[in-house]
Amino acid sequence: MSFFEIKGLAKSFGGLMALYDINLSIEKGEIVGLIGPNGSGKTTLFNCISNFCTPDHGQILFKGQRIDGFPTHQICKMGIARTFQIVKPLKRLTVLDNVMAGAFLHTNDEKQAREKSLSVLEFCELSHRKDMLGKDLPIADKKRMEVARALASDPELLLLDETAAGLNLKEIERMLEIVMKIRQSGITCLVVEHVLKFLMGVSDRVMCINFGQEIVTGKPQEVMSHPEVIAAYLGAEYAKGRLH
Amino acid sequence: MGREPIKYIIPGIIAVALPFVLPGYYVHMLILVLLWITLATSWNLLGGYAGQVSFGHALFFGLGAYGGGLLFYFFGISTWWGMLVGPIWAVIVAIPIGLITFRLRGPYFALAMLAVAEVARIIFNSWTSFSNGAVGIMISRTWGGNKLPYYAIILAIAGLALYVTRRLVRSKFGYYFLSIREDQDAAEALGIPSTKYKLYALIPSVFFTALAGAFYMNYMAFIQPDVVFDLTDISIMMILCVMLGGAGTQWGPALGATVYVLLAECFRTIPVIKEVHLLAFAIIIIGIIMFLPDGIVGSWDKVSRCFARPKAAAAGAAGQYEPGPEAKEGLRKPEA
Amino acid sequence: MLKVDSIDVYYGDVKALRSVSFSVQPGEVVALLGPNGAGKTTTLNAISGLLRPVKGKIYFEGQEISRTPDYAMAGLGIAHVPEGRRLFPDMTVLENLEMGSFIPEARAKRQDSLEMAFSLFPRLKERISQKAGTLSGGEAQMLAIARGLMTRPRLMLMDEPSLGLSPLLVSRLFEIIDQINREGITILLVEQNVVHALKHSSRAYIMETGSVVLKGTSEELIDNDHIKEAYLGV
Repeated sequence: MSFFEIKGLAKSFGGLMALYDINLSIEKGEIVGLIGPNGSGKTTLFNCISNFCTPDHGQILFKGQRIDGFPTHQICKMGIARTFQIVKPLKRLTVLDNVMAGAFLHTNDEKQAREKSLSVLEFCELSHRKDMLGKDLPIADKKRMEVARALASDPELLLLDETAAGLNLKEIERMLEIVMKIRQSGITCLVVEHVLKFLMGVSDRVMCINFGQEIVTGKPQEVMSHPEVIAAYLGAEYAKGRLH
Repeated sequence: MGREPIKYIIPGIIAVALPFVLPGYYVHMLILVLLWITLATSWNLLGGYAGQVSFGHALFFGLGAYGGGLLFYFFGISTWWGMLVGPIWAVIVAIPIGLITFRLRGPYFALAMLAVAEVARIIFNSWTSFSNGAVGIMISRTWGGNKLPYYAIILAIAGLALYVTRRLVRSKFGYYFLSIREDQDAAEALGIPSTKYKLYALIPSVFFTALAGAFYMNYMAFIQPDVVFDLTDISIMMILCVMLGGAGTQWGPALGATVYVLLAECFRTIPVIKEVHLLAFAIIIIGIIMFLPDGIVGSWDKVSRCFARPKAAAAGAAGQYEPGPEAKEGLRKPEA
Repeated sequence: MLKVDSIDVYYGDVKALRSVSFSVQPGEVVALLGPNGAGKTTTLNAISGLLRPVKGKIYFEGQEISRTPDYAMAGLGIAHVPEGRRLFPDMTVLENLEMGSFIPEARAKRQDSLEMAFSLFPRLKERISQKAGTLSGGEAQMLAIARGLMTRPRLMLMDEPSLGLSPLLVSRLFEIIDQINREGITILLVEQNVVHALKHSSRAYIMETGSVVLKGTSEELIDNDHIKEAYLGV
């Protein structure tokens, strides 16, 4: 029994088939990367897992139990947390309060939630920003706060949606370090990413999808040299090693 | 926590002593102020903190008032029992309404609540055998012209509403309300069951609004559907108080309510404005939206925070800036 | 063609731009680079009238535009493709493009503009009646650029067009930027993707914390040590 499994997942919007027969299984402690051209269905997949949309067919199993169709908040309670591609800070709350919103999941006590939040903020190197309002943060800190908030809910599986987008080199490196720390603390991750430096740096395995279907899944190097992946996603320039 | 009670003692003493030193007319004003403080504070729980803007809170005020009124009308029981029955049946009615309307967001929710309140007004107006219709219900006042007991009661109610607000906001409930307000989807993704918590905000909000309504029945001794279920004079004015004072703040609604009652009284005594008092309030609302969107207390926080932030101070915040139109409205603030 | 002369811009109380100056000659592609928070988007917003500089001036083709409002910019020949695309999600691809040619000068040439847009972006023609909100990130970026082109600009301001695009699309995007430039449109490009930006521009300015700290031809800058270390991780 895999830690997390997707079987035969399909989802269409109107006439458009966003996902078609997606199969994936993730072992505990792994970091799996998910790549694919824009419009290939990556965000739809995340949304199906966290039930922002309901799959038409297929099953999603977490620790052996089916979770497809469960309400979003329940999925978080069961141990799956996510970040959003376009960050969703709680704008008029401070960074600390943002993280506390996640920390209250497993406690009713304000003091406990606060302690947990402070330690998560330290883990994500955001302690110095704790009293700043969510809306005033620079983009790199917003992204880290999004991760911190998800971590505060004590997930076993973390879905990271384009966490490195819009970050410059140094910020990407810092985010990488944080994700490695997250893995070390035993949390499994599924990562959607276009920033290949980040993706290659964290992933144990990578799955590439296009038009809602899997092209290939395997070790990062294998996937990056797969001809279809190059044609649809990387482009010849990247493949020739000229960039990044 | 030890220092906290102290700062309430002096105002508390003043509040208790006032009615003894002021003539009847002023005590009446104070009672109105406290009534509106209760209304504004209770609306603020659902609208200001949880972000669910209801345009139909008159429904609960009216239900609270008629709670006592109907007891008297049908059973001859004292309307004081309405202080118990009113809030309870208002909450019972509110829960299924909430379960349905909370599926709607933003302006749609506001309109749905408005519609429900209007439906109630029409029902109470037309179903004469149930409510005595548009004629209303009249009772004789328990304490005649003596306002002191009424003052004491409404003071206790307002104080309780403020206290409950404070306790809720500083707890898990408060964090969850604010999260739902700021971004419901993000809140759900953090494990917050948004419908459940919207109900948790609705219940005390309805309870205190209805309690205020029940008090109104006993104090004014006369209610009519067109008064207690009124859209403009109840539902919208509750919102105006909160906007003026500052939504989502502890004391904003109370401040807004005080200003509102005093202004309304002023308008009542000035010949021309008396007829167009709604126009005057409309202008005030426009002014709030344009210049003080966070209300008086809400903007106060912002200003004091500006001075506290070292970054802003270093950048030489001293005067001399003219933000472009977009920045001023805070509409678009790009990340870079 | 464009001259930015020592502008200071504030966001609330915070000074976002400090005495920023640079220029863009007709026909060039100039890149504006730097880390997040440096003020690159703020600069573009100041040029296109969304923000007003407190000090300093901005000139376009000799005319001062520091106080020109944003809605007048298209008429002057400046197109702004904002960060995050900002399409009209409930309008179709065609409608979004038509909105780009609203001004009289552009409306007359609408058919020509549409043909040019579709030849540059054949994918858009396939999706012509699709609602813009349902497009993928890459398609949305193409549409945003095409919409900018519909105003028949002489100067195009692009804010992080490569954000969120797959590597393949990023390459295509810069090919398209080259092509647009060959058609005679001057481009001022804000980018995080330093490598591509330097490869496809003639000159560049590096901004950090609200000021221009480095400038030069792109060839020079690719070899510059500070750039290599800070932005290329070499």
